[in-house]
Amino acid sequence: MISSRFSKALSWAYLIALYGFIFLPVAVLVLFSFQDGRLPVPPFNGATLKWYAQVFADDRLMSALGNSLMVALGSSTVACILGFCAAYGLARYILPASRLQRGLLVAPMTVSYLIIALGLLSTFNWVGISLSLWTVGIGHVVINLPLCFAIIYASMGDHQKNIERAARDLGAAEWQVMTQVSAPMLMPSILAAFFLSVTFSWDEFIISFLLSRFDVTLPVEIWSMLRSGLNPKTNAVGSIVFLVSVALLLILELIVFRRTAKK
Amino acid sequence: MATTTLETRENRRAWGFVTPALLWTVAFFVIPFIVMAAISLATRKGRELVMMWNLDNYVTFFEKAHLLKGLFVSLEITFTVTFISILLAYPLAWIIAERVPQKWQRMALIMAILPFWTSYVVRSYSWLLVLAKNGVINNTLMQIGLIAEPLEMASTRSATVIGFVHFFVMLLTLTIYANLVQMPPNYRRAAADLGANGFQVFWHVVLPLTLPGIMVGAFLTFVLCIGDYITPQILGGNNELALPQIIMLQLGRRADFPMAATLSIILMGVVTLAYIACARWLKMERT
Repeated sequence: MISSRFSKALSWAYLIALYGFIFLPVAVLVLFSFQDGRLPVPPFNGATLKWYAQVFADDRLMSALGNSLMVALGSSTVACILGFCAAYGLARYILPASRLQRGLLVAPMTVSYLIIALGLLSTFNWVGISLSLWTVGIGHVVINLPLCFAIIYASMGDHQKNIERAARDLGAAEWQVMTQVSAPMLMPSILAAFFLSVTFSWDEFIISFLLSRFDVTLPVEIWSMLRSGLNPKTNAVGSIVFLVSVALLLILELIVFRRTAKK
Repeated sequence: MATTTLETRENRRAWGFVTPALLWTVAFFVIPFIVMAAISLATRKGRELVMMWNLDNYVTFFEKAHLLKGLFVSLEITFTVTFISILLAYPLAWIIAERVPQKWQRMALIMAILPFWTSYVVRSYSWLLVLAKNGVINNTLMQIGLIAEPLEMASTRSATVIGFVHFFVMLLTLTIYANLVQMPPNYRRAAADLGANGFQVFWHVVLPLTLPGIMVGAFLTFVLCIGDYITPQILGGNNELALPQIIMLQLGRRADFPMAATLSIILMGVVTLAYIACARWLKMERT
């Protein structure tokens, strides 16, 4: 049938066009990070790694990168621990107003980061807490806690509940049940929550921008680089950030994949 | 008696698990929000904040044309972006669900959301490379002789919309795809057997069943789009300001905290209205 062949061709054309649209900026970003010239725009003058060398030689960028990693890992760890405990408490015990509690815990998810940042900024100013990487970390826990809680809570099924009960019957104390039975069983979703938080925190701009002062995170440093206009060095940093995020995504995918394979 | 003490002990333990997270949320989310709401009722006298406990800032917002315009610019951009993103994402999700072989679908989705993982700031910057006066598009068009003068694409609303659509097509493709694959194929077959043509099957069966996915994606698009500062700032420039840009302006140059707080509360009010409008579909998704 001609019409079905035509619609098939049309589908593939559409698919290719949209993937082209989705990948165009990333491709341009990475390609011109190798630009042997001062402008990251066509024509492409040939490949060089000097912009990457400049990135790694840039102390401010490197310390921003370190700060970003520190904040991302620290805030995600806190968010995961708080989220896990809350999920454990709400899934395993009957508490009054548990619906309200769940609603409160996921509420920050529905509010723009800008508003969360502004609220924290007003409060820190009011209380007299000076801005630092700590305040950025606090903000990142606020945005990641709902995520960690929701992911871990969703994975706490009745199946695990029975195993936990068995452990308790065999004389395990509550903290033993939690650390030696529940946490290992839920490890895939805890790790998924952790890595997702790391990527979100690693990428986050507006909270980091408003709540930091002297030490800044990588997105904020990149933001200040943008003021000098188009520059292959910015492309190089951007490509590195992209690679790191994709690596994190791959780890996440492998964990999730392993989990589904086990089932 | 024994059971009650056991119960209270159990209860206390349960609270011990939940309390840290609740305290964190109250201390760093609820209280800041209340503080911000209170500041929106204050006024700035020099460098000091003076609590007025009145709605003057809100009245100012509706009186000052440039502030009110920010809200309309934001709403226009957000609706345009949501509409275009749905139009582009639906066919993509459909093709991935229907035409791409099953074992490649997961891969296709991962590929579709890969640029999602570039940093937010970097993504907008990348579009600048494409849309700038000496950027990729202008360069290509001039090379093949379609245009003589470079087109003005950066620092326009179109640039902002393109940057946003790029991001949200990925998101909507995911939510719509999730809905499409859940739909039993029998439904469409039954409709076709009953004499519906291709378009009727789509309009009366497929579309209503995928509406939850569209609405969830549309709501997320709305919330993320209307609250974003980076994309309009980098791509749209300063020609016309969206609401988040105006908020940041109050914070920076003008150091007018009460006005920034007022605008944020208004922004949140708009998002709440959007939530109420979509709540029907958002709930359906949860069950």
